[in-house]
Amino acid sequence: MSEQSTNGQQLSTSENGSAAAGDILLDVKNLQKWFPITAGFFRRTIGHVKAVDDISFQVLQGETVGLVGESGCGKTTAGRCILRAYDLTGGQIYFQNHDGKMVDLGPLSNNEMKPYRQQVRMIFQDPFNSLNPRMPVIDIVGDPLKINKVAAGKELEDRVASLLARVGLRPEYMRRYPHAFSGGERQRIGIARALALDPRLVVADEAVSALDVSVRAQILNLIKDLQEEFNLTYIFVSHDLSVIEYICDRVVVMYVGKIVEVAETEELFAQPFHPYTEALLSAVPNPDPRMRQQKDRIVLEGDVADPANPPSGCYFHPRCRYVQDQCSQETPDLREIAPGHFAACHFAEELTLAGVTASGELG
Amino acid sequence: METPVLIEIKNLKTHFFLDEGTVQAVNGVDFTIHQHKTLCVVGESGCGKSVTARSILQIVDQPGRIVEGEILYHRPDRLSTAGNGEWTSDEAGASGNSTTEIIDLAALDPRGREIRAIRGQDISMIFQEPMTSLSPIHTVGNQITEAIKLHTDMLDDEADEHAVELLRRVGIPRPEERLETYPFELSGGMRQRVMIAMALSCNPALLIADEPTTAVDVTTQAQILELLEELQDEFGMAIMLITHDLGVVAEMADDVVVMYLGQVAERGDVDSIFHDPKHPYTQSLLKSIPRLGVSRNRQRLDSIRGMVPDPYNRPTGCMFGPRCDHFMPGRCDAVNPPAIPLGPEREVHCLLYEDE
Ligand SMILES: Nc1ncnc2c1ncn2[C@@H]1O[C@H](COP(=O)(O)OP(=O)(O)OP(=O)(O)O)[C@@H](O)[C@H]1O
Ligand SMILES: Nc1ncnc2c1ncn2[C@@H]1O[C@H](COP(=O)(O)OP(=O)(O)OP(=O)(O)O)[C@@H](O)[C@H]1O
Ligand code: SF4
Ligand code: SF4
Ligand SMILES: [Mg+2]
Ligand SMILES: [Mg+2]
Repeated sequence: MSEQSTNGQQLSTSENGSAAAGDILLDVKNLQKWFPITAGFFRRTIGHVKAVDDISFQVLQGETVGLVGESGCGKTTAGRCILRAYDLTGGQIYFQNHDGKMVDLGPLSNNEMKPYRQQVRMIFQDPFNSLNPRMPVIDIVGDPLKINKVAAGKELEDRVASLLARVGLRPEYMRRYPHAFSGGERQRIGIARALALDPRLVVADEAVSALDVSVRAQILNLIKDLQEEFNLTYIFVSHDLSVIEYICDRVVVMYVGKIVEVAETEELFAQPFHPYTEALLSAVPNPDPRMRQQKDRIVLEGDVADPANPPSGCYFHPRCRYVQDQCSQETPDLREIAPGHFAACHFAEELTLAGVTASGELG
Repeated sequence: METPVLIEIKNLKTHFFLDEGTVQAVNGVDFTIHQHKTLCVVGESGCGKSVTARSILQIVDQPGRIVEGEILYHRPDRLSTAGNGEWTSDEAGASGNSTTEIIDLAALDPRGREIRAIRGQDISMIFQEPMTSLSPIHTVGNQITEAIKLHTDMLDDEADEHAVELLRRVGIPRPEERLETYPFELSGGMRQRVMIAMALSCNPALLIADEPTTAVDVTTQAQILELLEELQDEFGMAIMLITHDLGVVAEMADDVVVMYLGQVAERGDVDSIFHDPKHPYTQSLLKSIPRLGVSRNRQRLDSIRGMVPDPYNRPTGCMFGPRCDHFMPGRCDAVNPPAIPLGPEREVHCLLYEDE
């Protein structure tokens, strides 16, 4: 958000994107998604799960924005809203179209969304559930091409083969069904599918979490290569902070449906301003069995916060080690604490929180 | 401190018979799980971790089956007889073995009564894919109480109460209300907790957890791992934990098995594996761990060169040969390295150590 070139030079290589690097590709404003809680025979609504509750952030062309936060804080829901897999409860999702105009995807009908569904793609969190078990891989990866009449017949097969090769799968396997692949292999099928239509924005939801270290390294390198090659923009959801650190330019930290901190990656890791971010960074397991006892991990006390019934004031206050009286009464706004570094904590300026220092090598 | 043996796997081979050929998913695996201990299984995607776990429960998908080997289950007394078979730390464990019932799980009929009695009650599993193992059309409550009623003589009300208690125990807020929700309404981490609650409903001797924390964030992961440790202390179960996160291994494991392409590369206690790894594969795995603060600003990540070979065209000799920096032509491509013992329950499958 610090530098925004309004007339940046044209960097795009393919016909599918005329936006320049540094332009805002996606501008999410006050996004809300509430799910009704129903009860009884008539499924009467008795409350709402405020899965995403008034979040705003921007994604620049060609950048990778990380989305992190506790399980259930609304990351997947936010991603699905951007894809318009859900109707919004509130807010706007401005997306830069081919003419460089910002279009609000929020109110678009299914039909009007069609051209954008090619441009905004998602790699799904659960590689087991998101692949149709009755479709062979060639159909899973090739269907978007067929539906959008991009390729057919032999050409389709060739494109699928090259996509599979791209993500490190053997093209010979394209007639197999998903169940015949391991978790990591299925994840790569999902990536190939998402990339089939040359998208402009890819929402990658835990795209590498099922992968082991050495394959993950290959996929992350691939994701970066594709970004350079096609000027791709990513929203990268992951709970693996070492992956986030490696791949993201900026990071958005969510807690119970709200954004609590946004900053450039390096800054966020070195100097967090929100106590939840500090706890998050401290929970990363140390890959050395001898450090088991020595780690000063902040174990979050108390219940997992419930988005149907969030605490008063600062949502983090029942679990915060720095809590003060004001915290349970007043909701902190997301404020700019340092240039380009935002946090939602009443005491962000006063607290000195621990970031991550380079860990030592194994002895 | 050694505890009595719970599961002994000997030369396990589980193959899939497909039209294109045979996938030797698990191809001669040996390891031991001790009572009350945590064994972690690590290895490249597709190396056979899940299939090994599924073999223990005899739930290998068609067209796969166990073709060779033994899975000896030393059934703790509390599960085989009515007696008080609490785990004890003294030597009696060994002598007590004479009365312990030993069952070869590999020899049981996958659809037979015996293995069905063991599943869920003696050995339960948290699956890698929580959504496919939770039924989408039944409520969370129904699924947990069904699991409870299947293996105990609890009645509906009791089972309901027990289910609420279990959900509370695994940290789910408003557990009474959650009984009425469907799995799709839960976040990934919540589903994983529900899976753990179900798996624990019958107080098993062994809990197999296949990537139990890949779907959750680190703070929740820390809680789930802590929960597993607490439950292990409380109930004394052994845990077989499959994960690709070496940080998790470093925090949880007593013993570690490193697998590569259906075989064991190396196994031993956790400290030896991290601080004195012998197999070239283990060594490169440890080097490719992303470390916070270290990978920052790096242009590319280290990865092991090459790819896992096609399961139909396995290398001759050592499975790791084509990717190994210590490859010895004429030897490594000629002999599939046997287990070379380095100490008690510490062994490596690599020809570099043949003469030691
Ligand atoms: N279809 C739905 N109906 C009702 N509630 C839902 C639905 N989908 C999600 N929720 C709820 O919304 C909240 C946010 O869920 P979401 O899946 O977005 O979380 P997440 O941040 O992606 O978590 P995880 O890291 O576990 O994947 C959770 O409380 C979840 O239970
Ligand atoms: N039902 C099946 N039919 C055919 N092959 C299978 C089947 N299930 C697994 N395989 C193959 O067996 C091998 C081992 O698979 P497995 O699921 O055990 O891997 P894994 O070690 O658990 O990997 P991951 O870490 O990716 O989950 C893989 O090559 C896989 O493709
Ligand atoms: S506002 Fe108060 S409770 Fe919230 S994070 Fe800051 S110090 Fe903690
Ligand atoms: S046996 Fe040879 S190829 Fe295999 S790991 Fe050892 S040195 Fe490498
Ligand atoms: Mg999610
Ligand atoms: Mg697996």
